[in-house]
Amino acid sequence: MTGSSNRPASILALCLILVTAWLLWSGIYKPLLLGLGTFSCILSVYVAYRLGFFRDSSGLHVIPRLPRYWGWLMPEIVRSSIDVARIVLDPKLPISPTVVEFEAAPKGPVGQAILGNAITLSPGTVTLDVYDGRLRVHCLTREGAESLLSGDANRRAADLTIH
Amino acid sequence: MYIIVSLAILVTMALALVRALLGPSVYDRVLAVNMFGTKTALLLSVVAFLYGRPDFLDLALAYALINFVGVLAVLEFIQKRSATREAEESGSAGHD
Amino acid sequence: MIDILSWILLVLGGGFVFVGGVGALRLPNFYTRMHAASLTDTMGTILILAGIMLQAGWSLATIKLIAILVFLLLTGPTATYALANAALLSGLKPDAGRTGDSRDRNEEDGRDNGQGDKP
Repeated sequence: MTGSSNRPASILALCLILVTAWLLWSGIYKPLLLGLGTFSCILSVYVAYRLGFFRDSSGLHVIPRLPRYWGWLMPEIVRSSIDVARIVLDPKLPISPTVVEFEAAPKGPVGQAILGNAITLSPGTVTLDVYDGRLRVHCLTREGAESLLSGDANRRAADLTIH
Repeated sequence: MYIIVSLAILVTMALALVRALLGPSVYDRVLAVNMFGTKTALLLSVVAFLYGRPDFLDLALAYALINFVGVLAVLEFIQKRSATREAEESGSAGHD
Repeated sequence: MIDILSWILLVLGGGFVFVGGVGALRLPNFYTRMHAASLTDTMGTILILAGIMLQAGWSLATIKLIAILVFLLLTGPTATYALANAALLSGLKPDAGRTGDSRDRNEEDGRDNGQGDKP
């Protein structure tokens, strides 16, 4: 995590996203509206700066590796969705709620945020708490907890953020 | 085909509303309201194509934004309120 | 062909959304209900928006749909995490097994579940 050295890059990336969004959603290219757009983009970046948005290390280097990660995440989501749907529709409701706690493999806030979000995103597991590099996860079934503890999700999120 | 999907979403919104009314804890209600909000965004995007009015997509995005900020605001309010209440009753109430 | 595929996606998405709604009513306590809500938030959203995207073809509407999808997938887990964390901090016990709402707050412990299930 290189700290402030990639700050201009993340400011530029935010500007680019905001300008693209404005141009797409406005659809009217008159000087007045373009001026308003420029003004609101600059204002948003300033407010984000004041909020400390650029203070921590940015996650920009993660972006090129995201498609591969999503390619792994999508089948996982589909599989666990079908599992949860089957459990909900089962008349006996075969749930075995389990809380597990484990060490997050990715260090740094970006990697842990991605790991926590990926866990919450796949149905059947919800991140309850991220504290001190440890994650507490609530699982709908014991099997889900065991497959989580086997550490595949953890390792992939760590691979994503490594330099 | 859009009608089937919008009906499914509407039924789910009704179920979420029932859950919001049943409770029992305040977090169940917030969960149900959050679910209701995201389903509204989905319903708006389906309706945009059901009636062929693409401008509804902007409404869907705006609703998703408002819903997210709204849920966070409600949670903040609940936490602050329970913190002050605990400070007021310091020790007399105990753990529920 | 694309029509049929998008209809399949839409109907599947509607089915998942409905199952999630049923789950939010059927499951016994707060932390398990969160899983049902997460089912509608991810799978239902992805399938329905993907189905609509196939119908829209390449146009501005598709870009807006992608924006809605990305936004919902980013904010959904964040809101769920905020909710779960608030509930956890307020003292709602996550470790009650199959008990319903009324009982699981009175029983503090005595269940064989994975609270100590560390790797």
